[in-house]
Amino acid sequence: MNAQTNAQGFEELDTVCIRFAGDSGDGMQLTGTQFSVVTALEGSDLATFPDFPAEIRAPVGTTFGVSAFQINFGSVEVSTAGDEPDVLVAMNPAALMVSLAGLRLGGLIIVDEGSFNKRNLDKAGYLENPLEDDSLSDYQVQKLDITKMTLESVKEFGLGKKDALRSKNMWTLGLILWMFGRARKPITDWLEQKFKKLPDVANANIAAINAGHAFGETAETSANLSRYHVGQHTTEESGEYRTVNGNQALAWGLVAGSQLGNIPLLLGTYPITPASALLHTLSGLKEYGVVTFQAEDEIAAVCGAIGASFAGQLGVTSSSGPGIALKTEAIGLAISTELPLVIIDVQRAGPSTGLPTKTEQSDLHQAVWGRNGDAPIVVLATSNPHDCFDVGIEAVRLATKYMTPVMVLSDGYIGNASEPWRIPDINTLDKFSVKYCTDPEGFHPFKRDPETLARVWAKPGTPDCLHRIGGIEKDYDTGHISYEPGNHQKMTDVRAAKIAGVANDIPEQEVSLGTSEGKLAVVGWGSTRGSIHQAVKRAREENIDVSHIHISNIWPLPRNLKNLLNSFDKVIVAEMNKGQMNNLLRAEYLLDGHSLTKVSGQPFKITEILDCIRKQEVEVG
Amino acid sequence: MNEQTDIKKLTFKDFETDQEVRWCPGCGDYAVLKAVQITLANIGATPENTVFVSGIGCSSRFPYYVETYGFHTIHGRAPAVATGVKLANPDLDVWLVTGDGDGLSIGGNHMLHVLRRNVNMQIMLFNNEIYGLTKGQYSPTSKIGAKTPSTPLGSVDLPLNPCSFALGAGARFVARGIDTALKALPGTLARAKDHRGASFVEIFQNCIVFNDKTFEHFTLKKEAANTQIHVEHGKPMIYGKEKNMGLVFNQEKFVLETAIIGECGVREDDVLVHNETNKTMAQMLVELTAPDFPVVCGVIYCNPEESYDDAVHRQVEKAKENKKADFNALIRQGRIWTVE
Repeated sequence: MNAQTNAQGFEELDTVCIRFAGDSGDGMQLTGTQFSVVTALEGSDLATFPDFPAEIRAPVGTTFGVSAFQINFGSVEVSTAGDEPDVLVAMNPAALMVSLAGLRLGGLIIVDEGSFNKRNLDKAGYLENPLEDDSLSDYQVQKLDITKMTLESVKEFGLGKKDALRSKNMWTLGLILWMFGRARKPITDWLEQKFKKLPDVANANIAAINAGHAFGETAETSANLSRYHVGQHTTEESGEYRTVNGNQALAWGLVAGSQLGNIPLLLGTYPITPASALLHTLSGLKEYGVVTFQAEDEIAAVCGAIGASFAGQLGVTSSSGPGIALKTEAIGLAISTELPLVIIDVQRAGPSTGLPTKTEQSDLHQAVWGRNGDAPIVVLATSNPHDCFDVGIEAVRLATKYMTPVMVLSDGYIGNASEPWRIPDINTLDKFSVKYCTDPEGFHPFKRDPETLARVWAKPGTPDCLHRIGGIEKDYDTGHISYEPGNHQKMTDVRAAKIAGVANDIPEQEVSLGTSEGKLAVVGWGSTRGSIHQAVKRAREENIDVSHIHISNIWPLPRNLKNLLNSFDKVIVAEMNKGQMNNLLRAEYLLDGHSLTKVSGQPFKITEILDCIRKQEVEVG
Repeated sequence: MNEQTDIKKLTFKDFETDQEVRWCPGCGDYAVLKAVQITLANIGATPENTVFVSGIGCSSRFPYYVETYGFHTIHGRAPAVATGVKLANPDLDVWLVTGDGDGLSIGGNHMLHVLRRNVNMQIMLFNNEIYGLTKGQYSPTSKIGAKTPSTPLGSVDLPLNPCSFALGAGARFVARGIDTALKALPGTLARAKDHRGASFVEIFQNCIVFNDKTFEHFTLKKEAANTQIHVEHGKPMIYGKEKNMGLVFNQEKFVLETAIIGECGVREDDVLVHNETNKTMAQMLVELTAPDFPVVCGVIYCNPEESYDDAVHRQVEKAKENKKADFNALIRQGRIWTVE
């Protein structure tokens, strides 16, 4: 953050990255979300990274119970949640212990001194109180007794100590709002609305915000606090904006697809982190004809969706990696019976239970290849929260047009992170009409459209198109069961050709930054888009010949991708797994890519990618 | 249904497909198929609004042979697929075909939940106490000691009673039939269809190749009057060639017993009257086994409750009445800002 002081005493900054860290019960996600909203309302660009433990309430004060929310915002384009926070808000010793390593040298630490007691220091693993020795000398430290000041600010409401301390996060938020010159009103309005039935709670929280804010005003000189200003991001397209997270945008995208295709949607699903929010959102949209079926397990969930598709609706199922594994056999049934199905995989770190709340992109192999038999499907990837909306629509379009399962790979980072979204007008989006067969003339269930190779879809209830289908191989010419060897060859070939043909119906691969040929290209997919974009941007500023290619169509791959990749001397494939996209590109194109991987449960830092670009530039020469 | 009045009444033959039936000669499935086709004709089923859904196993080939819509799915999962079909289009009449392996072993969980939820469909569980399609391994309903390729020394698994399972799972309709009882089965299936909710019908089905005659001790026609009892709501549970045997309740032991009317002071009035809405009675009836007791067939339990699909659509309809579907407004809810 390069600062310059303006006339009002604010230091002017391009971007700031703040990390709010505290105990699971300290309300850090809420604090971060509310700060994001006011930041967005004032026109800055932003990206967020909620980083929380799998435990709902881990033991108080422990390092594994630390919940953090990082927000990066700026008057310039911001496409990642930030490599290194400039400001760390640490509500207890454990939060400081866990988050300090990521903080920029010289950055600001705001700590609740009141929580730095022996018990909490022990739990966090501090032998000495870091506020009392020189271990934080590389940073600016603001030691504030937030605990005490919060208790005082809400005294008049007569809450018990435990309840009163719940407002600590709001006191802190008040101070941060003051520090960055952000308005309090949107948050106090929201509190009044949220706690309409509990006015004391609303008022206590508002009092805490005001107290934190007032502390900034009065302590400005004594505590030597500075104020910063981050302006509007002015290059945004005009229109209406809101913040949106990936799961919400994806749920809305699916409903939009259902509206645009005029086909009712049934979600069959089973709760799993980090995908459950899709169910929560869709279950509240019954007025759009959306039916949600919380099944007894992952298998029943996908089977319910397939049943709905057989009956003529759009079956959707959502899960994360372990649940997708369970659904695998049923996905094969949808492939064999050629029914539309949208499968959402909000990926998390694996294998097995892995790290449920941490992000990873390690289900690519599972999505593209992970079934018995030759079983191709369409695979799409989302790359940021707002992109989820468009991908949701595209999944519905392709599934119904090609009578195929379409898997959407999102991930925990995209699902939970928020960013500004230019709200579309659904009336301006392209409609696509789903076709049902009602013509008995020459009907059989596997009669194909000669162009798309999709089979006809006659839904039960249609007279004279009665048919029986199943997972046993079908005769190409009649749709009846067939064990004939040549027929199985033909059906396997046509199923593959149908999916391969989708490549003609999706956009050609574009270069998202840089040129369409040159020395280096960084290929990415999914949520690494922002980090790679920023790294390539910086490398280009260093006059490195490097371009960014972001793949959204994972299978089939875009029809021009091979030629495009071959136009570069070296391709770096950056992804959060052990090199799965690199394997895919190698398998398809014999591409000798350089694989840059990371599986720490944390998104790529810009600098990690930038370092790799610099090294590869030297190697390529 | 109104459109059907002008059209000639369908017969069971109208529900036959052009596909060659591929069960083993003499398999009990043939008789059940016939009974189902007769039932469909009797109840005036509309072929296009009828869907048969099955899992995997011998019985699960069923949909290919019924001239309606059909979906042959994957092992054990038919209840979930059928639930999706019914939720998507509640106007469809859904029939589920499964077996003791498909429905109670690999698919036991789904069977539990389709019954618990009370999804409106007819569930026919063909119980042959064996895995036929995989060549004769024991199933969850095989008797202790069953010698099969996977239990050369005899099975040591305690078997499951399908109707007890169904009642335990909360089924609101439980009935039993026998493959070859072509007179009784269509009536039982028609009752299953009348019940608006999950209707569970266990059908004892003889596997002629791997488990022949396993039910013979109560299905043999000439002995049937003494070894079976076909219960009817409101009627005393009397059976036997002479119509002189009955089920009585021993209050002291809290069990059902058999008694001969006219012996030991037992009068006809002492015989229990079947009450199909009484779950405790149903639970006792399904546990009776031959040869000590007659095997209970017919509608054992029927006590309707709102079906899951009805409840789901009631909520959807209510939501549509209360809220206008305006997608542009939906995505503009909450705090928005405008960039000029």
